[in-house]
Amino acid sequence: MSEIAPLIALAGNPNSGKSALFNALTGARQKIANYPGVTVERKSGHFTFADGRPAELVDLPGSYSLDPTSPDEEVTRSVIMGLQKGERRPDAVILVLDAANLDNHLRFALEVIALGQPVVVALNMMDLAERDGLTLDPAKLEQALGVPVVPTVAVRRRGLEDLSAAVEGRLLHKPDNIEPVVAKDRDHGLSKQAKRIANLAIVSETAGRRWSERADRLFLHPFAGPIILFAVLFVMFQAVFAWSEAPIGWIESASEWVSASIEANLPAGFIRDFIIEGAIGGVGSVVVFLPQILILFLFILLLEASGYMTRAAFIMDRLMASVGLSGRSFIPLLSSFACAIPGIMATRSISDPKDRLTTILVAPLMTCSARLPVYAIIIGAFIPPTQVGPGIGLQGLVLFGLYVFGIVGAMIVALVLRSTVTKGPNSGFLMEMPKYQLPMMKDILIGLWQRAWIFLRRAGTIIFAATVVLWLLLTFPKVPEDSAMSQVDYSAAGRIANVIAPVVKPIGFNRDIALALIPAMAAREVAVAALATTYAIDATDEEAEARSLTERLQSRWSLPTALAFLAWFVFAPQCISTIAVTRRETNGWKWPTFMVVYLFALAYVAAGITYWSAVALGL
Amino acid sequence: MPSSTTLDLLSLQQPAEVVAIDWSAISDNEGRRLRALGIDKGVSVEKLYKGMFGMNDPIALKVGRMMIAVRKSHARAISVSPVAVTTTA
Repeated sequence: MSEIAPLIALAGNPNSGKSALFNALTGARQKIANYPGVTVERKSGHFTFADGRPAELVDLPGSYSLDPTSPDEEVTRSVIMGLQKGERRPDAVILVLDAANLDNHLRFALEVIALGQPVVVALNMMDLAERDGLTLDPAKLEQALGVPVVPTVAVRRRGLEDLSAAVEGRLLHKPDNIEPVVAKDRDHGLSKQAKRIANLAIVSETAGRRWSERADRLFLHPFAGPIILFAVLFVMFQAVFAWSEAPIGWIESASEWVSASIEANLPAGFIRDFIIEGAIGGVGSVVVFLPQILILFLFILLLEASGYMTRAAFIMDRLMASVGLSGRSFIPLLSSFACAIPGIMATRSISDPKDRLTTILVAPLMTCSARLPVYAIIIGAFIPPTQVGPGIGLQGLVLFGLYVFGIVGAMIVALVLRSTVTKGPNSGFLMEMPKYQLPMMKDILIGLWQRAWIFLRRAGTIIFAATVVLWLLLTFPKVPEDSAMSQVDYSAAGRIANVIAPVVKPIGFNRDIALALIPAMAAREVAVAALATTYAIDATDEEAEARSLTERLQSRWSLPTALAFLAWFVFAPQCISTIAVTRRETNGWKWPTFMVVYLFALAYVAAGITYWSAVALGL
Repeated sequence: MPSSTTLDLLSLQQPAEVVAIDWSAISDNEGRRLRALGIDKGVSVEKLYKGMFGMNDPIALKVGRMMIAVRKSHARAISVSPVAVTTTA
């Protein structure tokens, strides 16, 4: 019989350096999945003991208590107690404690130790504790807790061997059949007990002012704080555009080179057209956004790892409270500027269910990076590159206006939702603000790699499938030689578009737009690819084929139509993945359906108002 | 020494001890979260920062070695008694 590798659970408070320890122990080979039936991520990896025996390590969500206040904490509790569906009971638990925050982190540790399972304590971030002027005695802590205590510095890989040896020791002396002992009256008395044990372990303490506190005097300053936050966000959005230019150019040249090579080596015909127009044209037009998405995530990961994100939430809380949300919603909404999917998943940290639901429902209104290509092509074609002020171009101003339009829209919608469908008492805002830390490059890179992989997988599946289907629908049935109709009008897609066209005609949309809206349901950025494909197939002669998409748009669309199209994209929920993730996060079809309906209604009205006003103004 | 007050009215950088918490003014879940973050009767706290533009909401609070954010609505339910600042030579 082959022996099953033991399961080791990594548990601890948020901000105990648990994930850094997990990364240090497992390396980049991590598996991310979901626990069945709940929207909590299961992160696992492999690690080997000194003698080469393998073990599976699972990183449990950070918890303050075994008395759960969120779905995350519920999972941590169930896994440790062996009650979680789809997870066997861990053979040992590594409890990660921040050495500089013992009195707070010991509360959770005491609860877990009381369950009687094999536990090893990793006294983490010892270096930071020493820098704060704390001298700790791990042996005293070991005595008080009755479990092995190993000092570690996860980010410098210090103490990892001792930790692995201690876990191995615990596995060998595993006591049999321990029934979970649930501590009675956990809350009261636990704080005092934790404080008493912390005092035992602290040998000496010098009252040196911590630099983290000094930094907060600036970052949380009532006036300088918001200004700094605004500056950080400005630099972030600036970087998304400025730094991505070069890599986008490389990706474009690469895809052109691939197309050219295929054109040179494959005989003309269906297969060649399919690969060049359908596959490379469609997927390539989406993959070019990878640099922008990665830059945005780089900033978000850095802000999160450094501890600044919680300060941003603190500063924004008052503003968010005015529309019935809390500072906690700020982080998911900020992530939604990259993509609503990670944004919606980040709402898991919001403990109030109605707050969380409202945040999920307005997240698609944040201008995600998939809208950029649509905005960029329309603005480039219809808005003149004039200067309206020193260093301020009209095109940039319109783009900025579209972002603001989305944010204001989200605020108004949140306010309306909070007083109607998600009505409820104003939720609190309770959050730990951890000490500032220098982000570790390795942890950031692992995070970036995971985002890039998710995006590329999406591009390779959903977006690829959508462009291929559209290309097929546009190509077949083939228009007969003697027909006066164009290929697009004759094709299956053209016939479908002709049915939709009357519905969107009042808001200024022509047949081509109706056609582009269908595949854009898969992903917004496909709208650009769809317009390009449509006009490419429709091109009747050499001369027309040589014209750029911009020129074709200019000759076929009026300015009011273009503006209405932009307004539509501020609101329209055109992304299957967002709808799917909303369904998963809200456990049903009710809220995603509601979201789709309200967003389409808003998009229609916004596009209509824009079109009618523009026409009335004689634009 | 000023007498007992509530946390929202406490002045900045004034160490104090929590003397009572009106749990009825706080939902069960949030009460649990407050305790999980270390706020309970008998705990020493210090108000460190206020919200944007000097608005008294939210409040950054030092509890033990940790800094946490609470809203004014919760701070109002927490009674504190200021303690003298020990000025050691």
